[in-house]
Amino acid sequence: MSQVLETGAVDGGGAHDRPAHLAHHFDTPEQQFETAKLGMWVFLVTEILFFSGLFCAYAVFRANNPEIFLYGHAFLDKTLGAANTIILITSSFTMAWAVRCAQIGARKGLIINLILTFVCAAGFMGIKAVEYSQKVEHGLLWGNKFNPEVHAVEGSGSGAEAAAAHVEEPPVGAHIFFGIYFGMTGLHGLHVLIGMGLILWLLIRAMKGHFGPGYFTPVDIVGLYWHLVDLIWIFLFPLLYLIH
Amino acid sequence: MNGQANGGVHAVPLRVLAQVFGALLILTVLTVVLANYHFGPFDLWIAMGIATLKALLVALFFMHLRWDRPFNGVIFLCSLVFVFIFIGFCLLDTSSYQDQVKLRQNDLLMQKK
Repeated sequence: MSQVLETGAVDGGGAHDRPAHLAHHFDTPEQQFETAKLGMWVFLVTEILFFSGLFCAYAVFRANNPEIFLYGHAFLDKTLGAANTIILITSSFTMAWAVRCAQIGARKGLIINLILTFVCAAGFMGIKAVEYSQKVEHGLLWGNKFNPEVHAVEGSGSGAEAAAAHVEEPPVGAHIFFGIYFGMTGLHGLHVLIGMGLILWLLIRAMKGHFGPGYFTPVDIVGLYWHLVDLIWIFLFPLLYLIH
Repeated sequence: MNGQANGGVHAVPLRVLAQVFGALLILTVLTVVLANYHFGPFDLWIAMGIATLKALLVALFFMHLRWDRPFNGVIFLCSLVFVFIFIGFCLLDTSSYQDQVKLRQNDLLMQKK
């Protein structure tokens, strides 16, 4: 017990020349920052490999059954997909700007950019929700939940008619496209939601004035995560929406 | 390797961030416009080429790899190498026995009839 107190006293003694955020096992804030960044890059690599399983499923199914993808992609709204791409790229820009603001100690700019990034992320999820509800409405789902005929007949409105035009004769295994679509965009959407939580956390800490030129590691690390989410969408958009 | 001696940090100039943002928007519009034209077997490669260019811009400038320790970039590139091995070998494998799969499917169909 006394040992702990003693150690505490020693640390307390050294606290004058050590910033509060610097853990005792690092020599300098730079070393701590570079270590955190390296750790984040290793995590991002696991994320890339994690998603690559789904990209592999996509590649194998598309190579063997391209007709399923030609059939399925016609049900995806290219305009909404492009809008979401632009929204996500904008959020990536504001996130990079937020990191810059934290680095140069512009607290107001940091808070504004974090809010803009969060709003963009919410917009992305809003558009995603619209797209998903359209798919559910028309029975364009995965596995044995795929039953577009029934819904097209029951449903009304131009969307259902457009869908009915396509459901003449779905190719064998058409549900696989929607399985892949929901799998890939669902996992990506989950990452967007997690990112929104992290940005909110950054926002609260930024408002408390935790970040500045001396300490901006969390902003930088969450920024890296957010850019990776954008990076994956950059590939998902043409692969799912722009097939021919 | 921030390049600054006094523990200073490298903040990416706003002008650079804005230029990258503009380039990303232009490339997004380009990929949507090009999707309306048909280039046969090159369609997928054009779309993937533009996506890779966009990803490169995001990684180099937004993710700071251009100014970072090279090791972070090496880690990132290694993951891409393994993704290529993974997907490439899966495609080689699946395409090597597709003919047999199709034959078997035809057999099953004949049996049902």
